[in-house]
Amino acid sequence: MILQVKDLITRFYSVDGVVYALNGVNFALNAGETLAVVGESGSGKSVTMMSLLGLIPQPPGKIEGGQAFLFENDKPQDLLKLSERQVRRVRGGQIGFIFQDPISSLNPTMTIGKQIAESMIEHLSLSQSDARKRTVDLLKEVGIADADRRFDSYPHEFSGGMRQRVMIAIAVACQPRIVIADEPTTALDVTVQAQIIELIQRLQKQLGIAVIWITHDLAVVASMADRVLVMYGGTVVEDALVEDLFDNPQHPYTIGLLKAIPGATGLGEERLESIEGSPPDLLRELTSCPFAPRCQFVFDQCWAKLPPLISVTKHHRAACFYDVENEIPRKEVEHG
Amino acid sequence: MADNNVLVRVKNLKKFFPIKQGVIFNRQTIQVKAVNDVSFEIKQGETLSLVGESGCGKSTTGRAVLQLHKPTSGQVLYEDQDLTTLSEGELRALRPKIQMIFQDSIASLNPRHSVRKIIGEPLVIHNVGTAKTIHNRVVELMELVGLNPKWMKRFPHEFSGGQRQRINIARALALNPSFVVCDEPISALDVSIQAQVVNLLKDLQQQLGLTYLFIAHDLSMVQYLSDRVAVMYLGKVMELADKRTLFSDPLHPYTQSLMSAVPLPQPKLERKRKRIILQGEVPSPSNAPSGCVFHTRCPLAIDRCTTDVPEYRQIHLGHSVACHLVDDQQSSIIPTRLNSK
Ligand SMILES: Nc1ncnc2c1ncn2[C@@H]1O[C@H](COP(=O)(O)OP(=O)(O)O)[C@@H](O)[C@H]1O
Ligand SMILES: Nc1ncnc2c1ncn2[C@@H]1O[C@H](COP(=O)(O)OP(=O)(O)O)[C@@H](O)[C@H]1O
Ligand code: SF4
Ligand code: SF4
Ligand SMILES: [Mg+2]
Ligand SMILES: [Mg+2]
Repeated sequence: MILQVKDLITRFYSVDGVVYALNGVNFALNAGETLAVVGESGSGKSVTMMSLLGLIPQPPGKIEGGQAFLFENDKPQDLLKLSERQVRRVRGGQIGFIFQDPISSLNPTMTIGKQIAESMIEHLSLSQSDARKRTVDLLKEVGIADADRRFDSYPHEFSGGMRQRVMIAIAVACQPRIVIADEPTTALDVTVQAQIIELIQRLQKQLGIAVIWITHDLAVVASMADRVLVMYGGTVVEDALVEDLFDNPQHPYTIGLLKAIPGATGLGEERLESIEGSPPDLLRELTSCPFAPRCQFVFDQCWAKLPPLISVTKHHRAACFYDVENEIPRKEVEHG
Repeated sequence: MADNNVLVRVKNLKKFFPIKQGVIFNRQTIQVKAVNDVSFEIKQGETLSLVGESGCGKSTTGRAVLQLHKPTSGQVLYEDQDLTTLSEGELRALRPKIQMIFQDSIASLNPRHSVRKIIGEPLVIHNVGTAKTIHNRVVELMELVGLNPKWMKRFPHEFSGGQRQRINIARALALNPSFVVCDEPISALDVSIQAQVVNLLKDLQQQLGLTYLFIAHDLSMVQYLSDRVAVMYLGKVMELADKRTLFSDPLHPYTQSLMSAVPLPQPKLERKRKRIILQGEVPSPSNAPSGCVFHTRCPLAIDRCTTDVPEYRQIHLGHSVACHLVDDQQSSIIPTRLNSK
């Protein structure tokens, strides 16, 4: 285990009121694995990762609870307790990140070579010339043709797919142990998506990086994840190995999602089953199961409190009071 | 002789956008060949989908078919009437029958108008009925698309993305169209909501006998809801076939690569799957490659492909392909089956 997040609570004090964005997020990341995070927009995927990286704008945001341990030589360090300076060292150092929209995370006025080289100089204490040399190698590695010359290009001179390659180069430049990729292919065409997935997987193997991959596309999850977190209403509602999740989903929301997409349950000819209703209103504090208003299995207990994330089988956890398979309420088991 | 089952017949449709390039003294106009000689037919009551990477001309085709863009050349026959030759007035009279639903539900709805006004607007514009009958029709339409008529005084921002798309659909259906172009109507929606809207579109098609031209980039959704599929690349149709044939036996290298790139929501299958990964990105349509427009990325290109434009022709009934390597004996060209179904 290299990262463990416990009961993370993040809120935004906006003009419309308090946005209860994260309501106790729990998960762990193992060395070298690919952890996919799925969930509809607003379910808290980005806010979770931004909370870890110290990127929540405060105000209006506030991290109000929880811990996020980064393990180094088994020595845990709580990311949420670090100073601004210490977080900066982790960000781009031990943890690299890639966002959906590379243009907004790249500095438009600085050549991309310089942006990569600077972070190498900062995090790895390289000299100017070493940093340049390594940057050119890295640009080649991520598939930028004519890397020597492209070193001096500005972000706007690259296409969407190429910019994402530059982002990837920046993310892995300082030999991180973790790369967090937030919907890195959502804005790209499928053919370019396939290129980017292949690239990240190759680098991951070469460098032994653990990847957290946020997406809303279950097919992408199926194609590249080892393990999956399903988020809903600012909580993790299911956590399972990828094959388990698709073969044996435990949470009613996950079950619904798999029936709502073509091809997951059969040949893609049967009628899709939609999940009626819409995602929860995060302007209210969660005091019951966030999925209760849309859940076909809802019963008394679901309205009484928030279901904890409990172990269903060895590597499979779900936050639901109901055992859908056996059609009975679940016995409360130990947390964890 | 016209097949009387065909509702829309598109023949050699072209839409070029002139754009000015260069600095003041060196000005030149170049043509963006967004749609470059596209032909297809849509049968009464069916769904023909247009797929392909962004920028390949899907939306422009949809708009040119509806005459929202004036075609550069070519014909669009609707019930054997050539829309490209109609006057403004004639087109206006026909407009109720041919409608469009857009991807971006928020941009296509006036934020200052109530839902009642938005859905009733086409009826007012086309002068159909009195205030009372229009009101009743709005109630009927809202019920039809699964919106509570009690909400008709609300404004677009008070609705979720899925509900806004229902408002769009209701408006498109206000005048009882026969033919609807749906331009990525679910792309901006969450997964759980996409199924709601797709099912609604399917139900409405059955109920009202609608004919759809469905533009999309999500191939699995296309497989779910289409009858036939046309694959576009750089302004041209590369392959067109009925859904089953196209997904099980794609002949064009581009179709095969595209399908190979699409992940399937089945981890076990994905683990075993070999992908053909296309290199590079789609070139600009203002400077399309010579010969076969796909040759710069085609894994199978031969010399001829850089000079000769492959003829788009029927290989067998209902299955057309534009590729030099596909011969009439329906041989598949890429030896390994790409879509491991
Ligand atoms: N700066 C902000 N101010 C107010 N609310 C915010 C802010 N950033 C995120 N949120 C809210 O937090 C919730 C979770 O958002 P996010 O993590 O971005 O969702 P996801 O990435 O899963 O789509 C949403 O309701 C969002 O509106
Ligand atoms: N009004 C316009 N003026 C100039 N170029 C345009 C215009 N509309 C579309 N294009 C260009 O035509 C090509 C096809 O665009 P479009 O039909 O929107 O593709 P798609 O819908 O498949 O993504 C693109 O290169 C686009 O930039
Ligand atoms: S806790 Fe209750 S409402 Fe929530 S998902 Fe489980 S059964 Fe449904
Ligand atoms: S004509 Fe040539 S370049 Fe075009 S698809 Fe066929 S083999 Fe490839
Ligand atoms: Mg997000
Ligand atoms: Mg488009």
